[in-house]
Amino acid sequence: MDLTLQVWRQASRTADGKFVTYDAKGISPDASFLEMLDVVNEELTERGEQPIHFEHDCREGICGSCGMMINGVAHGPIGGTATCQLHMRHFKDGDNIRVEPWRARAFPIIKDLIVDRSPLDQIIQAGGYISVNTGSAIEANTLPIPKPVQEHAMDAAECIQCGACVAQCPNGAAQLFTSAKVSHLGLLPQGQPERYDRVIRMVEVMEEHFGSCTMYGECEAVCPKEISIDFIARMNRDYLAAKFKNRKEAGG
Amino acid sequence: MTLDSKIPPGPIDKKWEYAKAHYKLVNPANKRKYDVIVVGAGLAGAAAAASMAELGYNVHCFVYHDSPRRAHSIAAQGGINAAKNYQNDGDSIYRLFYDTVKGGDYRSRESNVYRLAELSVNIIDQAVAQGVPFAREYGGLLENRSFGGVQVSRTFYARGQTGQQLLLGAFQALERQIGLGRVKMYPRHEMLDVVLVDGQAKGIVTRNLVSGTITSYAADAVVLATGGYANVFYLSTNAKASNATAIWRAYRRGAYFANPCYTQIHPTCIPQSGDFQSKLTLMSESLRNDGRIWVPKVAGDARRPDQIPEAERDYYLERKYPSFGNLAPRDIASRGAKEVCDEGRGVGPGGRGVYLDFADAIKRLGRNVIEERYGNLFEMYADITAENPYEVPMRIYPAPHYTMGGLWVDYNLMSNIPGLYVGGEANFSDHGANRLGASALMQGLADGYFVLPVTIGDYLAGQLGKKVSADRPEFKQTQAEVEERIGKLVNAKGKRSVDSFHKALGNIMWERCGMARTAEGLKSAIADIRVLREQYWRDVRVLGTNEEPNQALEKAGRVADFFDLGELMCIDALQREESAGGHFRVEYQTAEGEAKRNDDDFLYVSAWQFKGDNAAPELHKEPLVYEEVKLATRSYK
Ligand SMILES: Cc1cc2nc3c(=O)[nH]c(=O)nc-3n(C[C@H](O)[C@H](O)[C@H](O)COP(=O)(O)OP(=O)(O)OC[C@H]3O[C@@H](n4cnc5c(N)ncnc54)[C@H](O)[C@@H]3O)c2cc1C
Ligand code: FES
Repeated sequence: MDLTLQVWRQASRTADGKFVTYDAKGISPDASFLEMLDVVNEELTERGEQPIHFEHDCREGICGSCGMMINGVAHGPIGGTATCQLHMRHFKDGDNIRVEPWRARAFPIIKDLIVDRSPLDQIIQAGGYISVNTGSAIEANTLPIPKPVQEHAMDAAECIQCGACVAQCPNGAAQLFTSAKVSHLGLLPQGQPERYDRVIRMVEVMEEHFGSCTMYGECEAVCPKEISIDFIARMNRDYLAAKFKNRKEAGG
Repeated sequence: MTLDSKIPPGPIDKKWEYAKAHYKLVNPANKRKYDVIVVGAGLAGAAAAASMAELGYNVHCFVYHDSPRRAHSIAAQGGINAAKNYQNDGDSIYRLFYDTVKGGDYRSRESNVYRLAELSVNIIDQAVAQGVPFAREYGGLLENRSFGGVQVSRTFYARGQTGQQLLLGAFQALERQIGLGRVKMYPRHEMLDVVLVDGQAKGIVTRNLVSGTITSYAADAVVLATGGYANVFYLSTNAKASNATAIWRAYRRGAYFANPCYTQIHPTCIPQSGDFQSKLTLMSESLRNDGRIWVPKVAGDARRPDQIPEAERDYYLERKYPSFGNLAPRDIASRGAKEVCDEGRGVGPGGRGVYLDFADAIKRLGRNVIEERYGNLFEMYADITAENPYEVPMRIYPAPHYTMGGLWVDYNLMSNIPGLYVGGEANFSDHGANRLGASALMQGLADGYFVLPVTIGDYLAGQLGKKVSADRPEFKQTQAEVEERIGKLVNAKGKRSVDSFHKALGNIMWERCGMARTAEGLKSAIADIRVLREQYWRDVRVLGTNEEPNQALEKAGRVADFFDLGELMCIDALQREESAGGHFRVEYQTAEGEAKRNDDDFLYVSAWQFKGDNAAPELHKEPLVYEEVKLATRSYK
């Protein structure tokens, strides 16, 4: 199939960017979106133009490296898929496709479609873990965990930290990402000792970098792992409970 | 130089205890005086960096990814082994040890493998404590499944995302240490060389992938946990950026490269569908628990699979290996697929595929159970192929997947360069000539959590007060060499893209150093690689400069190293005149077409020493001594 692309090109963080039009010719419907870009990049290289820079690695929808706005939608038109898992058979011959980087205040552009998502790591650093030093763990089966609880925690733990939720959110909020980690750990018995401290520390760092959540729900719609927005409600409850507890403990 | 593997004395089940009791220790108050560089934050690197920081060392961790959580380990699907014997099916540390030695076709070091089996149980405890949501039974206890090459259920898993969940556990432990200021993280930094001072590893040279700045960093010891090199084949199941540069640069500085020719071709991958193909997707081995592998009995049978009656199908693994059936080890299952396709019985476009059929399992267990077990894998398959595996059998074909070879290390995971440690897939240590499924995650985490943090103290204890600074001439010299090499790539200003060279190299490797190798093929491969490499340095086209984000430049450096490594793999494969595990020399097979080892002449680890660009590498041999396990012909019949 033949396609026309409009791709955001920007040489560096400080350079001005613009859309440039490219033809993508003879693309196999079995190719992935990134493989389509590979074909375009080989042609650009041949013509002496620098290839389009985009981030990618596993190409299996799990590392969270890839991600771009495709016709205004994070990871493109098919729900529950990362860009690397989006196949060209979902487009039509002759389509015009607009390709842009994540657009969010917290994610400055590094080059072309590559952005800096490091604030997400900072949220994890603030408390997205269970404090257990190597060697001090108890025997694994001494702590039974009901299967539904484990499954629910796993639903949250599947997040790939791609940043699509932030990119799609009109406020540039990172609630879905943060709440997924808060819930993964907060649902499990191992995560209880730090549960309330954790949520406060993570939310504070999140608020430093990202916009606030007004429940548009667009994050859930584009999440390649279909992480439920219910986790945001859960995080908010934990956060309120934590604030209340803190007040009580400080007062008492 | 003789290779001292430093195997501790004593009976096999007491060696690790003995070693730990005899290592020199670093006083807790002194630990913060040591700087340790860890390159890589996959399972091995993240676990090592976090654990060493917990002990009190100053850790500096470098990755080329934007976040440590993106390491290739994240993509592991099927599971991790541990000898917990929760299933009461006769498992034990000894059995895991034995299975791994046998699975590796008796080409691994017994003492290391035993320690791995011992530590496997601690890994599960550690991961669960970190919040890794492993699958559970209704009673709330941990669930297991089976993997190839074994007859017990000892594999722990988290849906089809075990690597992701284990890596997140290690990543979170690492992020905690970063938050506490005990690990300094350098994302988007690629290590391009290791710096030796008086023959000891004392630092690295890196390129900042955003600014292009080349910088030297000094430390008291260096750990490489930089993953495997299956991307030498261009098409593999590895992440696109996985590469050999870190270990290859270390090799050029004197670290021995062990068993480079031992590569694993995984039997269950989605077949290639076109020239645009950029990587091959693994379908987890766990599918072989319930899927049955078959091809039509006669060549050229073009009927749809559901039109081929039972009697006209050849379930060739079940036929040839009745006791292990579809769960035969990977090397055997892969060769089986190649064989039937070579006979013209392959299915799908190009005839390079075999069926993996779930019809029986769905009939027996119901679609729900299959969906619960493999739902995400089935979805991934459907996404890629646009076929519904609940209704039509999957088509699979072998693909390069894992590399058992890597830098040579002793029992303490130190290379022959003092102060240079190597963990995870980057070393050669535990899997011999073939790795069993669900054992790489186990090894990476055993190395990272439990071995490296302990063994490194033994070296560091002797380094107090010997700190070097990155101002020394050794650093300046190494850095200048790195810069010169980058200059060569940027200034070649040739006509051909890096990818097109990489594909050509991959083709040579796959055809002649892949699933079946011959002396003649390997010799011609070496000659062809040399020609292609010469063209590469003359004609490669890297646009743009060093002083900007430049993905073509990143790839160009890695592919240049793949040329050299590919050549060494062929040299090693040529030298090893026997078949063992994943290394199948057509000349050495039994009447039934099975790998034929030669224990009289090849019971050793080959460890190659770099001798210069235009000189042949020198082969050193570490003899393998089997005291526990009796050498036998592997049988899965
Ligand atoms: C698709 C797939 C599925 C798999 N499934 C399983 C499974 O179910 N069970 C199992 O046991 N094994 C499995 N494996 C194998 C296993 O995942 C790997 O062997 C293992 O994860 C490797 O871990 P590692 O820590 O050694 O390296 P990696 O995870 O590859 O990490 C390498 C790290 O090094 C860094 N790095 C590399 N070079 C440089 C450099 N020059 N400069 C700076 N940083 C560098 C990278 O940024 C990265 O952080 C699977 C492999 C694949 C490909
Ligand atoms: S490249 Fe890894 S998620 Fe897309």
